[in-house]
Amino acid sequence: MADIATPTTPASEPDTTAAVALGTEPDIHGMEPTPGAHDDHGDAHGGGEHGHATSTGLSNNKLAMWMFLGSECLLFGGLISTYMLYRGRHEGSPSPSQLYNIPLTSVSSFVLLMSSLTMVLAVSAAQRHDDRNTTTWLTVTALLGATFVGAQVFEFTEFYHEGLGFTTNLFGSSFFTLTGFHGVHVTVGIIMLMALVGMINRGKIPGNKAEVVEMIGLYWHFVDIVWIIIFTLVYLIPS
Amino acid sequence: MSIDHTIDPPDHAEVTQGVPAPVSEHEHGLTDMGYVKVAVILAVMTGLEVTLSYAGLPGNVFMPALLILMAAKFWTVVSYFMHLKFDNPIFTKLFYSGLFLALFVFTVVLLTFRFFDRS
Amino acid sequence: MAIAERPSPVLARSGGTALVTPSSSLGVFRRPVSSTGWRSWVFTVDHKKLGIMYGVAAFVFFIVGGCEALLIRLQLAAGSNKVLSASAYNQMFTMHATTMVFLFVMPMAAAFANYLLPLQIGARDVAFPRINAFGFWCFLFGGLFLNTAWFLGGAADTGWFAYAPNTSVAFSPSHGVDFWALGLQITGIASLTGAINLIVTVLNMRAPGMSLMKMPIFSWMVLVVQFLLLFAIPVITVALFLLTFQRNFGAAFFSVDKGADPLLWQHLFWIFGHPEVYILVLPSFGIVSEVLPVFSRKPLFGYKFVVFSGAAIGFLGWGVWAHHMFASGLGPVSVAVFSVATMAIALPTGVKIVNWTMTLWGGKLRFTTSMMFAIGLIIEFTIGGLSGVTHSVSPSDTQQTDTYYVVAHFHYVLFGGAVFGLFAGFYYWWPKVFGKMLSERIGKWNFWLMVIGMNLTFGPMHILGLQGQPRRMQIWTEFRAGDGFFNGAFWNLVSTIGAFILALGIFTFIVNVFLTYKKGEVTPGDPWDARSLEWMTDSPPKEHNFDSIPTVHALDEFFHRKYVEDEETGELTQVTNYAEIMAEMEAKADKNIHLPSPSYWPIVLAIALPIVAYGVIFNRLLAVFGAAVLLFAIFGWSLEPSVADASDYDPPADGDNGESTKELATLG
Repeated sequence: MADIATPTTPASEPDTTAAVALGTEPDIHGMEPTPGAHDDHGDAHGGGEHGHATSTGLSNNKLAMWMFLGSECLLFGGLISTYMLYRGRHEGSPSPSQLYNIPLTSVSSFVLLMSSLTMVLAVSAAQRHDDRNTTTWLTVTALLGATFVGAQVFEFTEFYHEGLGFTTNLFGSSFFTLTGFHGVHVTVGIIMLMALVGMINRGKIPGNKAEVVEMIGLYWHFVDIVWIIIFTLVYLIPS
Repeated sequence: MSIDHTIDPPDHAEVTQGVPAPVSEHEHGLTDMGYVKVAVILAVMTGLEVTLSYAGLPGNVFMPALLILMAAKFWTVVSYFMHLKFDNPIFTKLFYSGLFLALFVFTVVLLTFRFFDRS
Repeated sequence: MAIAERPSPVLARSGGTALVTPSSSLGVFRRPVSSTGWRSWVFTVDHKKLGIMYGVAAFVFFIVGGCEALLIRLQLAAGSNKVLSASAYNQMFTMHATTMVFLFVMPMAAAFANYLLPLQIGARDVAFPRINAFGFWCFLFGGLFLNTAWFLGGAADTGWFAYAPNTSVAFSPSHGVDFWALGLQITGIASLTGAINLIVTVLNMRAPGMSLMKMPIFSWMVLVVQFLLLFAIPVITVALFLLTFQRNFGAAFFSVDKGADPLLWQHLFWIFGHPEVYILVLPSFGIVSEVLPVFSRKPLFGYKFVVFSGAAIGFLGWGVWAHHMFASGLGPVSVAVFSVATMAIALPTGVKIVNWTMTLWGGKLRFTTSMMFAIGLIIEFTIGGLSGVTHSVSPSDTQQTDTYYVVAHFHYVLFGGAVFGLFAGFYYWWPKVFGKMLSERIGKWNFWLMVIGMNLTFGPMHILGLQGQPRRMQIWTEFRAGDGFFNGAFWNLVSTIGAFILALGIFTFIVNVFLTYKKGEVTPGDPWDARSLEWMTDSPPKEHNFDSIPTVHALDEFFHRKYVEDEETGELTQVTNYAEIMAEMEAKADKNIHLPSPSYWPIVLAIALPIVAYGVIFNRLLAVFGAAVLLFAIFGWSLEPSVADASDYDPPADGDNGESTKELATLG
């Protein structure tokens, strides 16, 4: 429900109904796909009562989010290709197959994969307007994400001690850039999840709560599917 | 640029009746139990991947197997966890046009570097 | 400034768990509410104001880039000239190209898109107004950031496509390339957010009845361009990101001594770079496709073909990037494939040329300045297109690579194509935006000076290039200039003179704008007898665009409301006029118009980016500070509803002409 018109007059009673009856303005303002996307109506009524249909009947936020994710495909595509091109160029450091700790990475990949499950349960709870379960699952998701990032930090330090620095060679630069960039995405996701939990707890999400949770969920799953690719292409397939 | 005519705006008449087009708000997708099942399948596939990487199979079996598993996992998350399977097809089009474009241009780039000849 | 918003009654009613109270609210400051003065511009989220700001800023950068071009031409006017040192010359051509591409043509197209797209599709604003404002400030701050390099040790000097390894610290030790890479990442954010915003706007906010195939052609071309941006910007972002890490954090991506492949940069750059040329030119194609029908008094010939050829260009544009790299040793297969793909893309472009010509054919032509620029585009772009086709033949291209012939080609398509289109748009929509007509008399001078100037400037470059004068060469000598008709000295001088005539043409435009501002005639509402929806409102439009949102029944809706076509003879009969249509719309004006409210956060968020960028170059602490501002702004933004609470407004000013913000909320 990107398109709920919020009355600018203090009393909301006449306006909400009038706006529907007129129904003539398509949608003046959408919300932004940020954690605090807003709009002034609680989601308790599913927002349906003030609906102004968009041309497609779809939410602005969701369209925007999917386009953003489509565009991110090219971003990660570029980084992955750079890594693929350079992974064999590891002069002066151990080779990828000597460095990678497959059991550790398998576990952390599994953790990230399961965080997708908890995220989807959070979205599902949010759609049932079940705040308590929503925040619980969001917190679990953030914790799993943090575990993943922790494992990555541990992995990076290990590699550094074994002689692979960011500037050592092409393999090092492209490996740390790709996985680090992904790690930053996860970290941003964790911050958004925590902020979301805080905002739900304090009732600070004025907009359609379920949709905000869903948006962050989409982002989180995307980060997960990028890792699915990285895990196979970078770790499991030796150079 | 995959835009089709299914997204034409609703008739004015429809709008004025105050019946907003069904927005994707409605609960859709699987039940919680269903999501858990999907997660179990994903976990199994991950386990299979890791096992394969230790199995020491010849490259022409091992590589396609891993790539197929990767694609299957990717598709499962996108379709079920990200709801693409239950949502309006336009989301699918938007996302996959980015994905396949990326796949196309970067495969060509790696081809020009003769990346696939070497491995 | 009060600290917080008042509790929202709506929130309280619908069961929010806590009221928003000033003490607990991060939702922070009262919003800006001024509807006059500088605050009304700096904090605005109105697409029309943002469009104007895009236009003004882009034009200033146009003048900056133009001055750089004049300095380049002065240096080349005579053999062994000493106007610019080699180093200054390198910076000059790099920044000329960067400025013109990223800071003039792209944002100027964004100006048109921002202003006109919501009007053309019958919307009251874009889908994400605050993101729109954020995009503008990113562009402006990114552009200013780029240009501050001049004062902080020198600008980028590697050419606009910045090939590796020239961009390594060893070859370009000043901070110029750092500024370039970071600045373009910031303007890239503007393009990406703008793309998402405008696509959602087109998909979701069309007026009732306006199917995609009833959408004005300019909006269509803008849509195609936004898709190109959506997918091209991330690729250049990766390239710039790698470059920044290479230069500022010691990564090895483009270090040949560490075994890097410099061609990686070329691929990443041109995967973005080729869609980019369509990003530059398609908006102008859209403008011309609006202008020609109006002044030919005929519908656009083959609207569907123009739409689909535009989409086809957008699609094929992804498969031709390596034709910029024919001379780099890609191998015969790659070269052959990209050669054929490049020839193929000439087809949809040719379709457009044919459609425009057929639109003119048999029409009642009115040679206004706008029309003349449009016709100028058809001719000059065709010349540039033809020399472009010669590049697709790779053996011939190998000869032409990095010569002035290429410079001639892309100036014909970019100046003769993109810029002429923009000028056609200026003259056509000026009365719409500012309510006053640009002088047609001065306009004719403007047009002819620019046409003569551009042909004198860029025409001789074909000859110079085929004679072998290389691009980016600071100096040439009389000794090697050649004889007779092909004497390089002569053609270089002609080119320089042409550049100054061109500059005079641009100056005429500025004079025209100034005189129009001072004493231009106030425009009638529908000065051109136009066809599309943006003319079906006041000039300039009210803040809410339309009193009532029209229901669309046809392509060229406005025209079809004014005229009825006799089915047998095809003769047009006027059934109503602008004034009557306006009166009718006003009579059933919407009672409740909710407009997005101004906000501090877009500009605060945007200003954090150059702070981070300066920090990356000079001082990591500054980067941390910038990141803190960024985070603060994101939270401020997230907690702020997109429409202000009524309590946030100052007491209504009782504007006498509907200008006060308060009155907007309860119009009618």
